[in-house]
Amino acid sequence: MSCAKILSPVMPRREFLLAVSAAMAIVSSGAVQAQERKLTVGVVLPLSGTFADQGQHYESGIKLYQKLHGTKVGDVTVETVVRDDQGPGSGDLSRRLTQELILRNKADIILGYSFTPNAMAAATLLTEAKKPAIIINAATSVITEKSPYFARVSFTLPQLAASLGTWAAKNNLKTAYTIVSDYAPGIDAETWFKKSFEAGGGKIVGEARTPISAMEYSPFLQRAMEAKPDLVFAFNPGGDVSVAFMKSAKERGLTKAGIKLLVTGDVVDDSMLPAIGDALDGVISALHYQVELDNPENAKFLKGYHEMYGADAMPSYRVVQAYDGMALIYKALQQTGGKTDADSLMAAIKGAKLDSPRGPIEIDPATRDIIENIYIRRGEQKNGKWSNVAFETLKAVKDPAK
Amino acid sequence: MAGLISVVADGIAYGMLLFLFSIGLSVTLGLMRFINLAHGAFAMCGGYIAVILLNQMGVPFLLTLPLAFLVTGVIGSFAERAVIRHLYRMPELQQVLFSIGLAFAASALATIIFGPQQQPMLLPDWLTGRIDLFGLEITGYRLFLIGSGCVAAVGLIALFNYTLFGARIRASVDNRRTAEGIGINVGRLFSLTFGFGAALAGLGGALAVGFLGLDPTFPFKYLVIVLMVVAIGGPGSIAGSFIAAISLGVIDALFKYFVPEVGSFVIYALLVVMMVFFPKGIAGRTA
Repeated sequence: MSCAKILSPVMPRREFLLAVSAAMAIVSSGAVQAQERKLTVGVVLPLSGTFADQGQHYESGIKLYQKLHGTKVGDVTVETVVRDDQGPGSGDLSRRLTQELILRNKADIILGYSFTPNAMAAATLLTEAKKPAIIINAATSVITEKSPYFARVSFTLPQLAASLGTWAAKNNLKTAYTIVSDYAPGIDAETWFKKSFEAGGGKIVGEARTPISAMEYSPFLQRAMEAKPDLVFAFNPGGDVSVAFMKSAKERGLTKAGIKLLVTGDVVDDSMLPAIGDALDGVISALHYQVELDNPENAKFLKGYHEMYGADAMPSYRVVQAYDGMALIYKALQQTGGKTDADSLMAAIKGAKLDSPRGPIEIDPATRDIIENIYIRRGEQKNGKWSNVAFETLKAVKDPAK
Repeated sequence: MAGLISVVADGIAYGMLLFLFSIGLSVTLGLMRFINLAHGAFAMCGGYIAVILLNQMGVPFLLTLPLAFLVTGVIGSFAERAVIRHLYRMPELQQVLFSIGLAFAASALATIIFGPQQQPMLLPDWLTGRIDLFGLEITGYRLFLIGSGCVAAVGLIALFNYTLFGARIRASVDNRRTAEGIGINVGRLFSLTFGFGAALAGLGGALAVGFLGLDPTFPFKYLVIVLMVVAIGGPGSIAGSFIAAISLGVIDALFKYFVPEVGSFVIYALLVVMMVFFPKGIAGRTA
């Protein structure tokens, strides 16, 4: 018997074929959706303006991670959508971009915020939208307290400043003069260096706060040298400002006068060392990463980095921060078994332990802030190149401000 | 006391750097009445030329300076011929908008060609050591800046006041019609002057890299302070710019030393006071 004879009295053939194909489409699209799951990561970075080079570092880290570890976790594809927050400002643009990423691009998680004001501005938005955000650089301590959906994978200024203060007091340095840039991270640095140095028996003999983009440090350094301290502690925002500071310190003969120079590690970021040159000699710094770290993760990271960006390229610690941000997302996804909703992700992020190029790191389940090794380094010449060489490791340092 | 003197000496060096930076703008603004906010872009151009010559081609540092001067001057002349000469007759707002747009375009071009990072400049050893001068310790590079600034100031004053070229420029600025009437080719003269201003900017930029670093946002970072020097010194006056720049450098250094909390603000307060009581600057010369 032919199909046509069976079908035609009940349903004409054309309509039947249409019905069957419609049903197949619905079933197959359902099946496809079940197979193709994705996690959209909204990335907010400074890609233009004065800090565009920092944005480039973070992007390199993200791209490198996805190149080395692929773009899928299980059956979930991790996709990034990148937006430019143009650097620090009032945070308005950052807030608007975060909103767009969440509403329009359906981002499940946000990665980014190089600067404190940009992170702070987005805090209430993230709480309202219930979306997790991983901070890859903004270093002021109080940020993670502004929203229960913030987790930080980078560092806080108090971690670095307090480590230096404790080290200085332990090593018989009795007096210090501080020179910091006059904005939130600078004040954090000054406060925590002072606290830990004085707790160890040291005395601050003078403090100076410099304008954020000052390039002329001569008068401040001269004043510091006249106070004859055992050490000068300094913090500035990195980039050309820090290069100018380091060069000024060398010109004035700070270390030659027997005064030790202690800086937070971001002032002597590895990627700025070619510009700083021999002004690095003997300078003590504290940071969570330097290229000269000997562990298997770092070897893998550096190999991949040199393959992608050239054998002479020096990765900044910022590359590692973004790299670890992606690593944290992947780890969280693995742990939730592919669930992409905010609460599962946050639960997986809290207490997550990772093997990073900088050593073992953990996200503190109580504060959602980073716990990591801090290395005390000295500027030395190694293989003809100026490098930060670690001589002491402080393990599992928590943010002292919490 | 020795400390204070060394701070003042450093301030003078900083002032000389500002002077070298701003002469080009003083020339174009005062003598041609063209508001060239892209001045910083020409300085950046000179800086990148010097950096490429020094780092990648191994040209000795002293040779990079005249090369930066010449190449930027040529680029400036081309720009003048191609686009800028059409703007002389336009109202100031058009000039401002155009030159700022040019600066943004130059900055973006630099980002594409060189990348957004800092360019290291490795100065030769004889410049980076500390020199003992009559008991005053000063960095070689700062001394070099002071020397260059003085030479430039003397040379330019001589050029504008004692040469035929200078006389022609002053004549053309005072009364363009009459100058053309006696046979001065004012169009070509202005083109040369603009190119000269750009060349000076390029030289200033090349000298500044060792001190201030170089990245594509260079044109904007120092625009404000350069405008301040020109405004206080009076557009068109070399001597005025010289005095203004040195004063700003020294006052800035002194106040940062004695009153660090507000020291950095003093030069801006000074600008406000000067603009209220001396709107034409110390020695303004405009047509």
